Amino acid sequence: MPKPVPQPDQLSKPFWDAVNQRRLVLQTCTACNRRQYPPEPTCAQCHSATNLEWQPAKEPVRGTIYGYCVMYDSRLIPLHEDQPFNIAVIKLKEDPDIVFLSHLPGTPPDEVPVGGEVELFFEELKLAPGRLIHEWKVVK
Amino acid sequence: MATEYWPNSRLRTKTGLGVWEHRGKVAVAGIGFSPTMRRWDGADLSTSVGALTIIAAQKALDDAGISKGEIDGVVACPIGMGDNWGPESVTGRPYFAPPYDTEDGLIGTSSDWLIKNMGLWNAKTTFHGATCFNTAMSVGAQVVGDGLANTILVIRGMGNPPGRYHQSPETNYSGPRQWSAPFDWRLEPLIAYGFDQYCRKYGKTHDMVAPFVLNQHRNGLLMPEGYYAQNRPEMPTKEDYLAARWVVKPMSIMDMDMPIQTAVAFVVTTGERARGMKQKPVYILNHASQRGVVRSTTETLDETEAFAANIAAMCYEGSGLTAKDLDVFNPYDGYTLFTQYYLDAFGWHGVKRGEALDFYAGDISVEGPHPFSPSGGNNGNGRTRCWGQYDCIQQLRGQAGKRQVNIKAETAIAGAFTPGTSDWTVYCTSPD
Repeated sequence: MPKPVPQPDQLSKPFWDAVNQRRLVLQTCTACNRRQYPPEPTCAQCHSATNLEWQPAKEPVRGTIYGYCVMYDSRLIPLHEDQPFNIAVIKLKEDPDIVFLSHLPGTPPDEVPVGGEVELFFEELKLAPGRLIHEWKVVK
Repeated sequence: MATEYWPNSRLRTKTGLGVWEHRGKVAVAGIGFSPTMRRWDGADLSTSVGALTIIAAQKALDDAGISKGEIDGVVACPIGMGDNWGPESVTGRPYFAPPYDTEDGLIGTSSDWLIKNMGLWNAKTTFHGATCFNTAMSVGAQVVGDGLANTILVIRGMGNPPGRYHQSPETNYSGPRQWSAPFDWRLEPLIAYGFDQYCRKYGKTHDMVAPFVLNQHRNGLLMPEGYYAQNRPEMPTKEDYLAARWVVKPMSIMDMDMPIQTAVAFVVTTGERARGMKQKPVYILNHASQRGVVRSTTETLDETEAFAANIAAMCYEGSGLTAKDLDVFNPYDGYTLFTQYYLDAFGWHGVKRGEALDFYAGDISVEGPHPFSPSGGNNGNGRTRCWGQYDCIQQLRGQAGKRQVNIKAETAIAGAFTPGTSDWTVYCTSPD
């Protein structure tokens, strides 16, 4: 699937750099021990801008399928050929407040095991060869 | 200087503020809708969004029985709902001669455009509300309540130019979209997955929405101002709903309102002034705005339900009403899979959390004991996000025609858009 290509900025560059090295890092506020994704300029809880660090997610990175829908009529023209496709919402197992999105590659449309476990992997972006994006696959 | 957007900090966005300081001191004195059409033909400037806004505004003035010179302010939601028209848009179409030499008047209508082109010579106070007509109503109520203007027009022009809109060939995304676009996540998937979560939590199914959608269309066909009543007076069936194509399963094309080209205008003034105008005043008891912040990439069902509960709490607290006091209820329905959150949260006619879809199976007709969403909403009339507001005024005046509810109609609430971002108005036939 020709996923749109994310364009890193100053705030997000450490995240995407890590993804390109097949690592998942999460912005963490060391003052209140709170993780946030996507990253923000300040901690959304204590508003600290100086205590934010990038910390690695716990390996192996696992998540739970919280919910999903099936796209039949995307607004993004480059994705039309792949319709229908799943879009799932994944809760990070080590911190369920952190939510990721996924197409669940390998899982047929509308056959998504809600509540099932998924594992992180890295997918090469078709539209940007050599660049990676974080994805999830069903493990049970 | 261009008109400023009213900041969120001056809206009522949280509980604990108490009763609105201008409760019952501001009123709606006039309402007007332009004709509706599916799309603009791209050539006839007499049916442009700007021209339709002038028609709606003049109807609102006539309804109130006042002249243009009595308007001293305009509050608009100036943004369009579809793609832009001109050179900067995907299609790159050329502009026209003034006053159609920018997007203003072609895809939306600003306060400044209306003042200039309608000749509202006495209108000195202008503000804009960002999200939709409901935002503009909240701003307008506060503007009049604060004494920044006495008698204003609140307007929204909504354009639907030729072609299918919001189709993008873009392959690179920055800013907040860098996190969502690669997975094709935006509002519609959020609604669909959220509804799926709702069904899993409460043991409901998508087909249970059918009675609500059909009732919206039935009510819409009783709204002479609506698109379907004017252009497509055919009543859909349950089979149509169940067979409708998926856009984002479990949301079908019939769960989504149809874009149209039209405009609306209200005259908002002080309660005192309204009592001297042509129509029976409909007083504003409160306005409330939800500006929810989510914890991570997207909203969870818990967050959606908390947002909806907060909207209801704000509406009731600021107006002094309770669920038992609410007669007419017109919550947002442009995506019908949002509406259950509002019905659950407001507790209208005793509905409790998780019960909305069961409630749809009862008698929700305008003739019956539970006339839910008597406007027909956006689903039954076309996308404007203001049919609910319009219907509340008509119901409380006793001017809703065949949609007039048989139950008591002394209080009303309407609002839009999403549980996370929406604006609501509470109305009453009495200022007290």
